[in-house]
Amino acid sequence: MNSDELPKEWSSEESINIYKKMLMIREFETRITKDAGKIKSPLVHPYTGEEAIAVGACAAINEEDYITSTHRGHGHFIAKDGDVNLLMAEIYGKEGGICKGRGGSMHVADFSKNMLGANGIVGAGPPLALGVALASKMRNEGKVVLTFFGDGASNQGMLHESMNLAATWKLPVIFILENNKYGWSTPAQTATAVEDLSLRAQGYGIKGVIVDGNDVIEVYKSTKEAVDLARKGGGPTLIECKTFRWQGQTTTDADKYRSNEEKEEWKKRCPIEIYKKRLIRGEIIDQTMIKEIEEKTLEQVELSVKFSKKSKKPDTGTVLDDIYKNPIDIGGN
Amino acid sequence: MTTETIKMKGSDAIKLAIEEEMERDESVFIMGEDIGQYGGAFSVTAGLLERFGPERVRDTPISENAILGCAVGAAMAGMRPIAEVMFADFLCVCMEMIVNQAAKARYMYGGQVNVPVTIRVPFGTGIMGAAQHSQSFESWFMHVPGLKIVLPSDASDFKGLMKTAIRDNDPVMFFEHKRTYYYTNEVPLDKEFMIPFGQARKFTEGDDVTIVATGAMVQESIIAANKLKEENIQCEVIDPRTLVPLDKKTILGSIEKTGKLVIVDEGCKTCSVSAEIAALVAEEGFQYLKRNIVRINTPDVPIPYAPNLEREIIPSAKLIQNQVKNLI
Repeated sequence: MNSDELPKEWSSEESINIYKKMLMIREFETRITKDAGKIKSPLVHPYTGEEAIAVGACAAINEEDYITSTHRGHGHFIAKDGDVNLLMAEIYGKEGGICKGRGGSMHVADFSKNMLGANGIVGAGPPLALGVALASKMRNEGKVVLTFFGDGASNQGMLHESMNLAATWKLPVIFILENNKYGWSTPAQTATAVEDLSLRAQGYGIKGVIVDGNDVIEVYKSTKEAVDLARKGGGPTLIECKTFRWQGQTTTDADKYRSNEEKEEWKKRCPIEIYKKRLIRGEIIDQTMIKEIEEKTLEQVELSVKFSKKSKKPDTGTVLDDIYKNPIDIGGN
Repeated sequence: MTTETIKMKGSDAIKLAIEEEMERDESVFIMGEDIGQYGGAFSVTAGLLERFGPERVRDTPISENAILGCAVGAAMAGMRPIAEVMFADFLCVCMEMIVNQAAKARYMYGGQVNVPVTIRVPFGTGIMGAAQHSQSFESWFMHVPGLKIVLPSDASDFKGLMKTAIRDNDPVMFFEHKRTYYYTNEVPLDKEFMIPFGQARKFTEGDDVTIVATGAMVQESIIAANKLKEENIQCEVIDPRTLVPLDKKTILGSIEKTGKLVIVDEGCKTCSVSAEIAALVAEEGFQYLKRNIVRINTPDVPIPYAPNLEREIIPSAKLIQNQVKNLI
């Protein structure tokens, strides 16, 4: 292997940024896994092991393009250049959080970055993505939407309706299926009769591809191709990224439904390690830089925790704010 | 500005409002099943496709989740979509996009986003629609913070409230009773004719009984009130027009005067609009009441097909008249 493996359009700086982001997601999730118990928040879904998908896909779009996310959304938030302090503070339930403590882990969103929100309902992102894509199309903006969802969501009726409409109207949406093999405890093969969910694309008349979801470059390349097609008016693509979540469904999940062998097997294919080795072989980074990046990442995560702890709890006097644009009489005590 | 009015049907008044708003604002568009070429199941959108083209008048597949998701997503991205759900009954297959997404987005994302979507919902009985094409679901949505609920009862209100709904920055459920599509009255042609949300309308004045009614029940109540007037019973018929926000002041003010309240609502009785209004009056206007509150609803039964069976359960002017007389 040599540096030719890296996309030619990536500068060294960009290549390193990809690594930094994946590492940031990993360290962020490692830290919040430790802290979730302390802050008594059991519904925190870590993205550990799937970093290459969010980062690779988001590397293929521009700042003004959109993404919709899932209940496992921290990785997408970071990949779309969201502020780690605001992310951490949100999960901490603080006023300084990106959603002022109203949303929490399952609802992190940064509309200033066109990150349109993690979503607590499995499969609810893609229908919303249709509208965002339609808006872009009607205004001739050339913006695309990446909509992330899992193997579990792929069995929701909403996905069928969304892919059909996106294909029929040739909307600039890219369906990014994170197939991590389990919907909570339910193995995908007991929920679906086909192994490759990308086959479904055929039924909508769109292209379906399978990529190694642990290979950030593969994810990037497939997404880039889909994005180029969508921008030209060619409509959607379904990209199935085969991957595995390293942790349980949530930070409190004992995860007894998956064997240690399976987990260890996948850990050998760590997306961050795979990419790091390529950067080293390509002489993009060396051990000194790696150490520096690791330290810097941990430091940033630590700072985000400090930021979150320092941030105030939301003022209870504001609990009825933001239900409507302008307050209405909503009754109550 | 013009003070001119023209007599028209409810359905045409809705169309006029949509037409004016589409002309005024490029971000307004409409989508739904059979709304373009066919002109809508109730002809509300007839002619809009020819006028505005298929980009802004979008016929969709039969995919309510995709229709609603697309509308809500477009609203989040700064458009002002109008989505039609052909029959209220079909709301059951797309509750997700309304209840968990549109209604919650502003709040759960910490006020970062507007959701200016208008969801048009033909509802109610009167066309032999039976159990799955006749229901009144407006009370369900009153239970969902973040939604505004509009339920006009005649053509001029249809126009003024539709324009307000389209320009509103929150998700609006716009309920259109099928029978009221065919009611005619004078509609202002002024393109800035807008009716603010949260302002009830009094159709008749009276000191004896307050009748609060919605949708098609407003006309029934007016007919009853006119009959009762002949017997020297003076009723005040009030249409809240928007259920969220609700004009409590007008309702309570009227009861303060009459001391008697009859609520007429086509929804099934349990947990209905009438239940909410009765609870409001019990909580905040108990001291004004001289009699028990009377609720006239459809009983808790699926809507039957046969016209005589349907008539048996839907509140009518005659029933309202009798109930008011019993109360006095």
